[in-house]
Amino acid sequence: MIQFEQFVLDNGLRVVVHEDHSTPMAVVNVLYDVGARDEDPSKTGFAHLFEHLMFGGSVHIPSYDEPLQRAGGENNAYTTNDLTNYYCQLPAENIETAFWLESDRMLSLAFGEKSLETQRKVVCEEFKEHYLNKPYGDAWHKMRALAYRKHPYRWMTIGAELSHIENATLDDVKQFFFKHYRPVNAILTVAGHVSTKQVVELAEKWFGDIPSGEKYIRHLPGEPVQTQHHQLDIHANVPVDAFYKAWHTCPRLDTHYYAMDLTTEILSGGGSSRLFQSLVKERQIFSNIGCYHFGSIDAGLVAIEGKLVQGVKMEEAEAAVDAELRKITDSPVQEKELEKVKNKTESIIAFEDMSLISRAGSLSFYTLLGDTNMINEELKRYQKVTARDLQEEAAAIFSADNSNTIYYYGNHK
Amino acid sequence: MPNRQSAPEIKDAIAYNLELKPYRHFTLDNGVAVYAIDAGAEEVALVELVFKAGNWYETQNLVASATNHLLKNGTSRKTAFEINEHFEYYGSYLNRHCYHETASITLHSLTKHLHQTLPVIQELITDAVMPEEELEIYRQNMKQKLRVNLEKCDFVANRLIDEYLYGIDHPYGKYSSTFAYDALQADQLRSFYKDFYANGHCAIFVAGKLPGNIEEMMNENFGHLPLNQTPLPEVMHAVNAAEERRYRIKNDPDGIQGAIRLARHFPGRLHPDYNKSQVLNTLFGGYFGSRLMSNIREEKGYTYGIYSYMQNHVQQTAWMISTEAGTEVCEAAIAEVYKEMRELCETPVPEEELLLVKNYLIGTLLGDLDGPFQIIARWKNMILNGLGEDYFSRSIRDFKEVTSEEIRELANKYLQPEAYYELVVI
Repeated sequence: MIQFEQFVLDNGLRVVVHEDHSTPMAVVNVLYDVGARDEDPSKTGFAHLFEHLMFGGSVHIPSYDEPLQRAGGENNAYTTNDLTNYYCQLPAENIETAFWLESDRMLSLAFGEKSLETQRKVVCEEFKEHYLNKPYGDAWHKMRALAYRKHPYRWMTIGAELSHIENATLDDVKQFFFKHYRPVNAILTVAGHVSTKQVVELAEKWFGDIPSGEKYIRHLPGEPVQTQHHQLDIHANVPVDAFYKAWHTCPRLDTHYYAMDLTTEILSGGGSSRLFQSLVKERQIFSNIGCYHFGSIDAGLVAIEGKLVQGVKMEEAEAAVDAELRKITDSPVQEKELEKVKNKTESIIAFEDMSLISRAGSLSFYTLLGDTNMINEELKRYQKVTARDLQEEAAAIFSADNSNTIYYYGNHK
Repeated sequence: MPNRQSAPEIKDAIAYNLELKPYRHFTLDNGVAVYAIDAGAEEVALVELVFKAGNWYETQNLVASATNHLLKNGTSRKTAFEINEHFEYYGSYLNRHCYHETASITLHSLTKHLHQTLPVIQELITDAVMPEEELEIYRQNMKQKLRVNLEKCDFVANRLIDEYLYGIDHPYGKYSSTFAYDALQADQLRSFYKDFYANGHCAIFVAGKLPGNIEEMMNENFGHLPLNQTPLPEVMHAVNAAEERRYRIKNDPDGIQGAIRLARHFPGRLHPDYNKSQVLNTLFGGYFGSRLMSNIREEKGYTYGIYSYMQNHVQQTAWMISTEAGTEVCEAAIAEVYKEMRELCETPVPEEELLLVKNYLIGTLLGDLDGPFQIIARWKNMILNGLGEDYFSRSIRDFKEVTSEEIRELANKYLQPEAYYELVVI
């Protein structure tokens, strides 16, 4: 059971406090309700570029990192298609430094031309390092564009193309900031060796006078139900053929989410999972294979990807995957197998909750979803899933019309 | 209105008295040492068995890592599938890792399931059979993985820089190849297993919320095995460092980034310069605010990230600088690294920057000790590397005491561009 308290400042900033006095540290986590899905299709990659700019100095403080490091702290941030999250950890006695830094950059950035110019280059190098200069690095760009036709999940957080980042202007940056980086669109979570009383005082003091901003109401184009299979062939300079297939699935808050999550565990949650045992070990069609989903807030994707053993034909590999999927849609899983994936979920949650940073992040995320206490209720929801739920869920997901396939051919002889 | 112009008061992190929670030590009936940290709020535990079974002891390339990998791929009573299913049914994770001197089996488990998972670990270290067909699958899949990795400039660069530092025949310098995978024989693996696991040398580390009878549990499962009975073979490997210092490799004709590695030998962790050099390293390239990161990422935008670090082995240490940068700016990035080295040699570090780095180092150490697994990892490092029980407190003291003048002396001793191997793989 993870204890927490919460309150809202007059300007709309939601605050969550989680006391843990077994550590000398404190974590300050600021989540902004903006991700790559909120970008203009002609300016993709912006939410993530913006995350970089948040370290380029704020209105009263030229550098974010230096004072934090001086206070014995460290920090990081990440951007997803759904949200942008910043967190720092420092000795609890220095917690006010984190409030000072985080509130100043919520008040206003410095908007320096130099910072933008440098971070454009840095993000372009990140783009190259992770997506362009890596074998198969473009596969998920192409899969998103294949599976989504309307919803902004059709591009990656890094952006659809380098030029969108290269062309970002300071005006774009300012607009984006004042639209999304306002108290009313943010969640502040403070965890560790702190008291709620102290956090109330500090939050009022540092964040209380920041103008509320306008609540950002999302009007994203919904993705129409896919009614026809999509297929794409890629030929690239890679040594091994790879197979990718993705299906649309439910949003994060849908009651089907838990059965969907467990389905992916049954298929590829470890050395005794179905796809690994059947297709890597017994039939030796794939040298590795995985099944996972993105956990995205809007309707997401379930995906299977694997590399083919040399000499195996793409069609043969796909037929083998389909045969495994028919097993899970045609007959219920055994109780023991269901118990296995539930036990595994129980331990994943326990291991995640060991880290203070992870607890603070989860509390923020569930608050964004609308119910902070989900952190204590998720396991129960997993435990309620029945073999029949799983079978129905698998059947709903793994239909041919709902699928998107990429044959990624290498240049081997 | 708060005063946003000036920073709130801070307590310098160096004022903290950092202590590592002491471990409990006990010895099993067969002489195997167990080190335990009982702490934490979650009902979870980690059990790690460390064997002297790294590639130091193999007589043919990849035998140690293949043996380690196949430990859980079949016993005379269970198939690989049944072994995996057993651990996964109890929501636990069984991993194995092969290093240079040591190789380990690591269990992460809910505490309540230890009595079901530990007996199967015992089975793995007494009765693994290394089936031919499992070796075949491993060989095929590892060769394929290697073919993909060889397309990546960072992977290739990491292999080559180790080869230059230690020589291709040294355990720290050698690497995998299709040829070496093809040459593996199940019998070699079985023989290595017999000598270095079943009858090998082992130490055990446990941490988490431990059951009250942890001592009996460990003795019951591991105390009667023929471990630590025969002396370990004395194996020596000579370092054969490359003569040539400068390398430019074209691995991918279409590459748009180069992997840069600069490295030199450095005296090990017990050398009096080591801890203070850690502070210099942090300042130079060891954290986000470092000289290298500030200049080469934040000022020039040449890279997504650049780091320097000490790459520690039991017997050797190297000081390494590592980054990936656009092909057209690789040479400029290297020139900037050398410029930063010279700067540290010539100009004493401002007191304010030095204090910041010390606070950062101590503050992150304080944060790193978050939970029992992190605490046991620190102890394990000290014990396996023979660093001495007071190593942690000595390092903290050195971090706090090092002066700006000492930093400059160390820079002059170790940050000399001509001492570095210099590699770019595109």
